[in-house]
Amino acid sequence: MKAIVKYIISIISALRTLIKGMAITGHYISHPKEIITQQYPENRETLKMFDMFRGEVVLTHNEDNEHMCTGCSACEVVCPNGTIEIISKRIEMPDGKKKKVIDKFVYHLSMCTFCNLCILSCPTDAIKMSQDFEHAVFDRSQLTKVLNKPGSKLMEGVR
Amino acid sequence: MEEIATNKNTGKPLETQEYFINMGPQHPSTHGVLRLLLTLEGEIIHNVEPHLGYIHRSIEKMCEKDSYTQIIHLTDRMDYLSSHMNNEAVSLAVEQGLEVEIPDRVKVIRTIISELTRLSSHQLWWGVFGMDLGAITSFLYGFRDREMIIDIFEETCGARLTMNYNVPGGLMFDIHPNFQKGTKAFVTHFKKKLPEYDQLLTENVIFELRTKGVGVLSKEDAISFGVTGPTGRASGFSNDIRKHNPYSAYTQVDFNEVLREEGDSYARYKVRIQEMWESMSIIEQLIDNIPEGDYKVKTKAVIKLPKGEYYQKVETARGEFGVYIISEGGKSPYRLKFRSPGFSNLSALNRMAKGAKIADLVVIMSTLDLVIPDIDR
Amino acid sequence: MNIYDFKNLTDSIHASLSVNLSPTAVTIIEFIIIASAFMILFTLLGLVLVYAERKIAAFFQLRLGPMRVGKWGIAQTAADAIKLILKEPLVTKNADKFLFNLAPFIIILSTFLALGAMPFAKGLHALDFDIGILYLTAVSSFGVIGILIAGWSSDNKYSLIGAMRSGAQVVSYELSVGLSLLTVVILAGSLQFSEIIASQETGWWIFRGHIPAMIAFIIFMIAGTAETGRGPFDLPEAESELTAGYHTEYSGLKFAFFFLAEFVNMFIIAGIGATVFLGGWMPFHIGNWEGFNKIMDFIPSLFWFFGKVAFLIFLMMWFKWTFPRLRIDQLLRLEWKYLLPINLVNILVMAFIVLMGWHF
Repeated sequence: MKAIVKYIISIISALRTLIKGMAITGHYISHPKEIITQQYPENRETLKMFDMFRGEVVLTHNEDNEHMCTGCSACEVVCPNGTIEIISKRIEMPDGKKKKVIDKFVYHLSMCTFCNLCILSCPTDAIKMSQDFEHAVFDRSQLTKVLNKPGSKLMEGVR
Repeated sequence: MEEIATNKNTGKPLETQEYFINMGPQHPSTHGVLRLLLTLEGEIIHNVEPHLGYIHRSIEKMCEKDSYTQIIHLTDRMDYLSSHMNNEAVSLAVEQGLEVEIPDRVKVIRTIISELTRLSSHQLWWGVFGMDLGAITSFLYGFRDREMIIDIFEETCGARLTMNYNVPGGLMFDIHPNFQKGTKAFVTHFKKKLPEYDQLLTENVIFELRTKGVGVLSKEDAISFGVTGPTGRASGFSNDIRKHNPYSAYTQVDFNEVLREEGDSYARYKVRIQEMWESMSIIEQLIDNIPEGDYKVKTKAVIKLPKGEYYQKVETARGEFGVYIISEGGKSPYRLKFRSPGFSNLSALNRMAKGAKIADLVVIMSTLDLVIPDIDR
Repeated sequence: MNIYDFKNLTDSIHASLSVNLSPTAVTIIEFIIIASAFMILFTLLGLVLVYAERKIAAFFQLRLGPMRVGKWGIAQTAADAIKLILKEPLVTKNADKFLFNLAPFIIILSTFLALGAMPFAKGLHALDFDIGILYLTAVSSFGVIGILIAGWSSDNKYSLIGAMRSGAQVVSYELSVGLSLLTVVILAGSLQFSEIIASQETGWWIFRGHIPAMIAFIIFMIAGTAETGRGPFDLPEAESELTAGYHTEYSGLKFAFFFLAEFVNMFIIAGIGATVFLGGWMPFHIGNWEGFNKIMDFIPSLFWFFGKVAFLIFLMMWFKWTFPRLRIDQLLRLEWKYLLPINLVNILVMAFIVLMGWHF
């Protein structure tokens, strides 16, 4: 007799635990406000990444198309993956002196691990991380970017 | 009494045969590219032979050419669920060699973020564990709560998973002004949600049937296989490095090392759930007491460690993670070795799974909380 | 009495056909009409149930579910169906080609045969055998032969394990389904669906049969879910253990058959449950509340049936999206140590109640 009572109690307590679990899922299906997923491409306008977000490396330009990169290649040295290549050239200054400036700031997005070391190493704060995260392209070659805009030059006073 | 079927023509008993199944490298429950060669008789497992190497990237070798600052970001890609703890281990080892005094602020922030990482790792594990058992809903619930932590990370250091927030001598940047607020909001939120985890899975009778007494690992085996972390602690092996060799700010906080004696899957599960409570209590103790100060000590641009050997171990979400550096005095290590918890934990799989069923193997593997890139490196 | 009767419609079709056609031709044309009606119903059920499952699962899991194809993703399953039809039908190299191709048709056949005996509404009932329940349990369980063939012929060990699990599972749980239905057969005194429904005019058996009927209903829901291989009993296709179980190697249209059969089987189990325990297309009546009963009668019988079925299907989905999966030995223990003994005692109690005339 005792065994039968135990048997029945075990069934009832088992059913209770099952109903408890169903109460949780039942709560969520009856509260659609708790839904956490977002409709991504539709919410592009309202979607804002955090300021710190590491999207990709960009070279900042001011409105006169001037950047602050002196071509010291500290970022190139510190990069663990060879993501950054700085191709520099020598130009003749008006006063006759020759000066080394960047010709191309090449950034291989496909190799970047977003470790942020280049940003930290830059002595003139010329590069920063942008918050753009939509990097998908149809051709791999498009992931190799030249960061300095055509015709841009070094900002006055940056050394 | 078991009746043996006989061959009608010869009258001899029918022969049964073991057979082999390759579980993985692509299999939903190996959580990555792990291949298990199973020897089965029906559904009963006779032997499990893990085959590794499908995601071997030779990180240890790559470290030999990288500078000490660069090494840290490689450790993100080993145990990606406890990336901050891996970073911290390397940073601590390098700081040990440089003999610099780390500001208290750095220590406290590192500890808080470590515990947040542990929480997020356990949340993901909980969700995936439910999914391995067939309760797919738990996966989304786990991810919902994890997302809050990931957002805190993203706001503070810019990355969600591969954080690379540590540099030798401190942190990469100071914490975001919202960090404390966000963390507190998370803790209040999660204190309400964690009991739901128990209601949905822990107390469920099917869940108990599936986990209790499954994959028992004795304390002796845990010690001899070097099984650490929650997996070892569920077998009664006290191995919490935060207690035994405290680093960062773990000396300042009061917490319990969660220990259980049973050593079965249920015990491993309960240890992790309990650890989430402990982690939250650690965060609560520290979050209002972040001391003022620098977030970094000045180090040389090119860090060179003096000739010698350095070892630093930390407690990641999976167990003991060790970094062993041999330096010849150069700017990169002569040799570097990581002691990853997943590798040792996996080695005990065969012992635990023998005689179990295929369904049990999934449970056992899930409670080991394997991260395959951590095993293969 | 119910004011909507499909008998008028079917009778008028029959009459108008009989005007200038021979009886043989009329029978053939009626066969074709019924067959095409069931085909359309089958496809519609598949489309609606797959969509419902995805949406309900999504809402249980704090997701939105399909949202892209059409408003609220309504056309999603149709798009998926087109995709499945266009996919390449792969066959494993060493598969037994004949059995491999045969298996999905056996499964589809069994669901079709079972669907034929469903009483959808008053007068809308294709096969009304006097051994209706016996017939239904018989045909709905021979789908397992298809699963076994699929698992065996695929030449894949995962498929084979899944098929063997399925065999053990369906054979065991078939008992509980049958016995729990017998509990109500004792009450109703007939195996014929129309009779069972007619006997529930004054009240559904689940309420009139006291606690034994409730217990039988719970057992039926558990065993029925297990028989369809869903929810916590989806061991034959346990995706975290056996990748996809018995249909691992199937693709394209043949996979779609397995998929569709699973959902229609769910409908059939819910349909039997609704018919036997919840009064089929009978509206909900409360004792002698004349006004209330009148209002209930205004709701067409078709809606009553599908509403009850939808409720039971929702219940089964709720099970599936909440519970972890059982292990094979625990599954069999649940059947042989819990459901079967309870069921046998339950039948005895029910027989006693009926003998004493204690039921309402």
